[in-house]
Amino acid sequence: MSILINKDTKIMVSGITGKEGTFHSKKMMAMGSDVVCGVTPGKGGTEHLGVPVYDSVEEALDNHEIDVCGIFVPARFTKNAVDEAVNAGIEFVVVITEGICPHDTLKFLSNAEKKGVRILGPNTPGLLTPGESKIGVLATEYVKKGNIGVISRSGTLTVEICQYLMKEGYGQSTIVGLGGDAVVGSTFKDIYKLFEDDEETEAVVIVGEIGGSMEEELAEYIEGSDKSMPTTAFIAGQNAPPGKKLGHAGAIIEGGKGSADSKIDALTAAGVKIARVPWETGKLLKENLKVKS
Amino acid sequence: MKLFEYEAKEIFKKSGIPVLDSALTDSPEEALSFFEKTKPVVIKSQVLSGGRGKAGGIKFASNEDEYRLAVEELIGKKIKDLTVRKVLIEKKIAIKNEIYMGYTIDRANKCITFMFSDEGGVEIETLAKVKPEAIIKEKIDILEGIDRSRMEDICSGLNYPQEIINQIVEVGLKLYQAFTEYECHVAEINPLVITEDGDVLAADARIAIYDEAIHKHPEYDKEEDTFTELEKRAHRSELGYVEMDGNVGVIGNGAGLNMATLDILLYYGGEPANFLEVSGRTYHKAAEAIDIVLSNPGVKVVFGNFFGCISRCDVIAEGLADAYREGVINVPMVVAMRGTGGSQGRETLKEAGLTEIFKDDIEAGKRLAEILKER
Repeated sequence: MSILINKDTKIMVSGITGKEGTFHSKKMMAMGSDVVCGVTPGKGGTEHLGVPVYDSVEEALDNHEIDVCGIFVPARFTKNAVDEAVNAGIEFVVVITEGICPHDTLKFLSNAEKKGVRILGPNTPGLLTPGESKIGVLATEYVKKGNIGVISRSGTLTVEICQYLMKEGYGQSTIVGLGGDAVVGSTFKDIYKLFEDDEETEAVVIVGEIGGSMEEELAEYIEGSDKSMPTTAFIAGQNAPPGKKLGHAGAIIEGGKGSADSKIDALTAAGVKIARVPWETGKLLKENLKVKS
Repeated sequence: MKLFEYEAKEIFKKSGIPVLDSALTDSPEEALSFFEKTKPVVIKSQVLSGGRGKAGGIKFASNEDEYRLAVEELIGKKIKDLTVRKVLIEKKIAIKNEIYMGYTIDRANKCITFMFSDEGGVEIETLAKVKPEAIIKEKIDILEGIDRSRMEDICSGLNYPQEIINQIVEVGLKLYQAFTEYECHVAEINPLVITEDGDVLAADARIAIYDEAIHKHPEYDKEEDTFTELEKRAHRSELGYVEMDGNVGVIGNGAGLNMATLDILLYYGGEPANFLEVSGRTYHKAAEAIDIVLSNPGVKVVFGNFFGCISRCDVIAEGLADAYREGVINVPMVVAMRGTGGSQGRETLKEAGLTEIFKDDIEAGKRLAEILKER
């Protein structure tokens, strides 16, 4: 088991013929992801990376069963690409594209919410179920199949933390990147709930960072949940100066809100173990699981 | 992209929000005739920071001597580390009431928020702390917008004549128009004043346009005035760079990992001098990146933390090795390098003559702590 994607998940890539789309679709296919087709307006009827390309999502759906759409198109086309996938009836859309104006994000999120469609991202490294399937850009070389659910707001740091989990002997059920933007679709809480209901997942690792309030919202949820699991978190940006964006558009302390301290305090109160540096995550997880058994 | 008050007021004017006639100047001479026909006036420093009034950035003048003195004092003045280059001159008006009105984006609820308060004039963050009940907050679905009847409902509790309430409703709707048209992060009027004569005017204006949308509004596309010289240089090279006060230069790939590197530094008792991020798009610019880090004279040690995923460590190492051979790296540098191209990258750095090379950030962090202690 895993959450959201597994080896049977049928994937469509929007922007498959572009530079980014091509590069990452190849890597996705190489690890076994079932990419069934792609969409690039104007390239319909051609074949790319061995799969058919369509002009529109509707046409793709006429010819294939599709579970997820991965969006790799440039920022200025992203809103339309997401709207198209959502309106055509795809139930899960992963928005990899970076640099989208939050006004556009709000528009496609509002549309998706009304239609009950799950959105991951934007500016997400995507998600990965080791040994089975991935959508996005997460590296597959430094992860392995296991029982730890990982939810993160970043890419490279997530892979680093997965490597430290592996040093302690832990693989991952699914790794989910929420995205580094100020406004994103799925939240820590949304994904945490899925892990709670996943039989395979025994514990969760949270990789949070400064900005926004998703970590505090998760803490509140964990406190009230009767299904919560051993949870360990690392919050990046403990030393961050206020008012400055640290790499991610969403990693900013504004008007005194979104500091690492606020997140760490809330999570600690909810019983989550806090790693001060990335490598402590694996060790704390081990202690956390021992306490449980 | 934060806009100056005079730029925000240009947008207000285009959007039909009432503002006073004004003159923008960097010398008393240039706006003298405006002063003569408008006096008494208020002279406002144009800087991108809040609280300029408290910092002495706003002056009043009713005769020419006062006027000249005020303009000369303000031009070149430092307000919170920012230099005043221009002042905005407007007629001093008799204010009866001050209202706060603003739009921003609510990250948690994924919507636009309209904020409104009958107690304008103080910073909204301050008001939110001392008297949160004085602020009305309304969530707006961006696909639905806000219509006149809803705005009338929000304003219906105000204790003003209907004619004034109508004007406030109008400003609220027009400000929403500007907020969405210019794809703003913030659009705020504080205060919106009601004059003794019964006019409603935007006395101050704050607009920040999202960086991601600024290409659609090139007239406001300027390098942020709040950037330091090195931050501007990095911005031009598309490298993420933020300057801080410590003595350890931090460079790495990926925003999250780089933030974690600051945390590792803190864990070992170090203080960052900066944050420099190379990404999947810019990892070939490592030589330029390290040059920027070392252009800050405060940097005494550099901590490089790289985990190759899309960015390749071997390519990053080439850049760093070039910089080292050219003598750019003139302080101790501790590097952790692993992931894609990691072993080749470590080899390249060793061959170039760098000595403090590690496979992970635990070992690199420990070594860094030793170096910091020795100093």
